[in-house]
Amino acid sequence: MSLVMKTLSDHILDIIQNSIRAGATLIEVMVEENKIDDICTLQIIDNGCGMDKKTMEQATNPFFTTRKTRKVGLGLSLLKQNAEMANGKFTIYSEVNKGTTIEASFQFSNVDRPELGDIWNTLYLTMQGNENLELIYEHKTNKNSFKFSSAEIKSNVEGVSMQQTEIRTAIIDFIKNNIKDIQ
Amino acid sequence: MPKITSLADLKRIKEEVQSKIKLRENSDNPEHLVQVKVGMATCGIASGAKEIMKYFVEELEQQAVDAVVTQTGCMGYCYAEPTVEVILPNNDPVGFGRINKRKAEEIIDTYIKKGKLIDGIIPITFKTIDE
Repeated sequence: MSLVMKTLSDHILDIIQNSIRAGATLIEVMVEENKIDDICTLQIIDNGCGMDKKTMEQATNPFFTTRKTRKVGLGLSLLKQNAEMANGKFTIYSEVNKGTTIEASFQFSNVDRPELGDIWNTLYLTMQGNENLELIYEHKTNKNSFKFSSAEIKSNVEGVSMQQTEIRTAIIDFIKNNIKDIQ
Repeated sequence: MPKITSLADLKRIKEEVQSKIKLRENSDNPEHLVQVKVGMATCGIASGAKEIMKYFVEELEQQAVDAVVTQTGCMGYCYAEPTVEVILPNNDPVGFGRINKRKAEEIIDTYIKKGKLIDGIIPITFKTIDE
């Protein structure tokens, strides 16, 4: 297995899985591409079970995991490493029974900044694969911002499966076109 | 086709599709559906699980298989990622490892459509995770 997290989208997909495992029913993802201030930030807020202080301190330790199926937990440590490599920062804030917020920043012009990647696929697959999850996504650039929620999408395609080819393509295009428009 | 940029566009597409297809009732009784769960933890993602999930969604839809594709966590077979768990109606879950598009195609053609087992099954000890 080659361990690569190539893009910001891969990290987002990964962190969302953490939130889901923590029992989150609402996840807010925010990406800001700020070329003027030369910074790219990612913020993910969930309403999952949260962590106590001791667990939180261990969260970015690659040899720490709460899973019973394996002994390592690389997700957050990889994000932290990628942020720091790109002259950015990684912070985590968590409160038991309230939820967890993670924030990662990258210097926009840094060669080591992971590219955004196919965020539209990440968001579509997250909505498709987790029926009861409410997902809110916001994308900001110097030009404008774009925000949607999975509830809005679902209510507009109600009655047809999200897997249905035309619907799948339309949802992915909706996200992709709106992000491309403000980039 | 005009560019899709608003929720209203989404709704329009949905209405077009709805008038064309017969409504499926399967979402209300998932026990009659084929379930495909793609391992989407760090190990899965790093090995390309996202592309595999997208492939299953696309292919099963294209081949008109009544299936629902969802995500699952790490099953502890990180060495064999990407992994998928397939549950045929009234059958025990079967886990497959080292999935690429060719393998995914084989799973759809041979296991899902014909019910025949193929190579690449993750051991008998395999248990679905329930977190």
